[in-house]
Amino acid sequence: MINFNYVQASTQKNVTDTLMKDGTAQIIAGGTNLVDLMKRGVAAPQKLIDINNLSLKNIEQQKGFVRIGALALNSVVAENELVVQKFPLLSKALQSGASQQLRNMATVGGNMMQRTRCSYFYDTTMPCNKRNPGTGCGALKGYNRMHAIFGATENCIAVHPSDMCVALAALNASVIISSSRSERKIAFTDFHKLAGTNPEKDNTLQRGEMITAVEIPDANNFAQHSTYLKIRDRSSYAFALISVAAALDMNGGKINNARLAMGGVAHKPWRLTTAENFLKGKAATEENFKQAAALAMKDAKAYRHNNFKLTLAPNSIAEALKIAAAM
Amino acid sequence: MNDNNKDDKTLNHSRRQFFKISTALTAVALTPSYILKAADDNMDDKIAELFEKRDLNIEVNGIVHTLSIEPRVTLLDLLREQLKLTGSKKGCDHGQCGACTVHVNGQRVLSCLSLAIMQDGKKITTIEGLAKGDELHPMQAAFIKHDGFQCGYCTPGQIMSAVACVREGHANNEDEIRSYMAGNICRCGAYPNIVDAITEVKQKGGTI
Repeated sequence: MINFNYVQASTQKNVTDTLMKDGTAQIIAGGTNLVDLMKRGVAAPQKLIDINNLSLKNIEQQKGFVRIGALALNSVVAENELVVQKFPLLSKALQSGASQQLRNMATVGGNMMQRTRCSYFYDTTMPCNKRNPGTGCGALKGYNRMHAIFGATENCIAVHPSDMCVALAALNASVIISSSRSERKIAFTDFHKLAGTNPEKDNTLQRGEMITAVEIPDANNFAQHSTYLKIRDRSSYAFALISVAAALDMNGGKINNARLAMGGVAHKPWRLTTAENFLKGKAATEENFKQAAALAMKDAKAYRHNNFKLTLAPNSIAEALKIAAAM
Repeated sequence: MNDNNKDDKTLNHSRRQFFKISTALTAVALTPSYILKAADDNMDDKIAELFEKRDLNIEVNGIVHTLSIEPRVTLLDLLREQLKLTGSKKGCDHGQCGACTVHVNGQRVLSCLSLAIMQDGKKITTIEGLAKGDELHPMQAAFIKHDGFQCGYCTPGQIMSAVACVREGHANNEDEIRSYMAGNICRCGAYPNIVDAITEVKQKGGTI
């Protein structure tokens, strides 16, 4: 690992000022992804700003939403009483990601900031527009079994690896972002971006900004009928081939409202709004779930090795809806 | 501030002087590009800073150590290379195998992905700190009784993880144990016996 300068931040302003001043500085919280990237030579920050002394760990009820601090640990959020009771979907998504050792280190903000696990991004001898803009995409004509089926361009077909983020996208969460001058709040689905022409940028965070919290609106009836279905190569401790966050607001056998998001299919958590709109007011039947899944797949495009996702994805959507409805 | 600390400061100061003087030679020899650029820009202080060792106070298995380390040293390398506690194993070194699992302030974490400098003031427990003298920790005894290993390489991580798994309350049935032990890979495939060992310790109850 290339050496770096290490500083501990005592205030939020400290962090955002340093980020603004020094373009080579990076925040470290849990470090589970960043330290690995530094060992592999994929990331080489000249300065690490340790933010663990900031008071950003709280999980608290506020009027109309639950606020989760950016430094709350994944393992703590997963078992937090408020979260388990109001957003079992989020709890389940967190439990299905990584291992308990990693969840004990990883933070909510860090989970959002983690990079893709595309093997071409990790292998510094390979071309990768995300790691080294302008070098091309190794995965496009390479081994692309894990890769995107939605919203990809020939610049980059990598997927975002998070489970937590898929649940937060489905739950209409917001992200609180702070700079030295101001604070802004954006929809969770606007935080991550598609690869577009600049895949080196994973999200819409600007220089000098940091994530301080996530807010999840709690005025909904999704808790009773929600699930996170994760399909992977082994039954635990692996990234998703396909994952589905499904939440239903049910009235008897009728669906008042539906929320659907997928992981393992795009450069960002992929909300399925067409399918959601279709399900609104419909009966919770397998036939309707299959139709919703088919609608969700309309713009899907496979590459050489991930054609199976075109079948696995709609089947997973229908299955997740079935599980959520039956609860 | 005690005298020891004062001495450290003096030491650091002279280190910095040394690096300032030898900047050009060092930079050329080591050649990360930004260092060469920094040398061009006469950013001597910045380079000195990069190579500067930092003070670290860390308690490992009940013993407080005052050390001086580079920020890039991982907790695993600190334990193994500097403190000679080689029980924690370097399996993959990338957070995928769990062989390096230790407890930091009572929580199980991966020492290979933890920077030692970030553990300042924390209490670390490694496999060497579990037994009380010659008396094995109940989890160690259960692993022996149930033959929870073959080659033994993953065992320190398995045991540290297993102890935490029971303490966390995640050992209530076989499925839960398997799920919460998923971060510890065993290439010999001793999983059924590991689950048996954990189940027995859990069922015996008491504080472990």
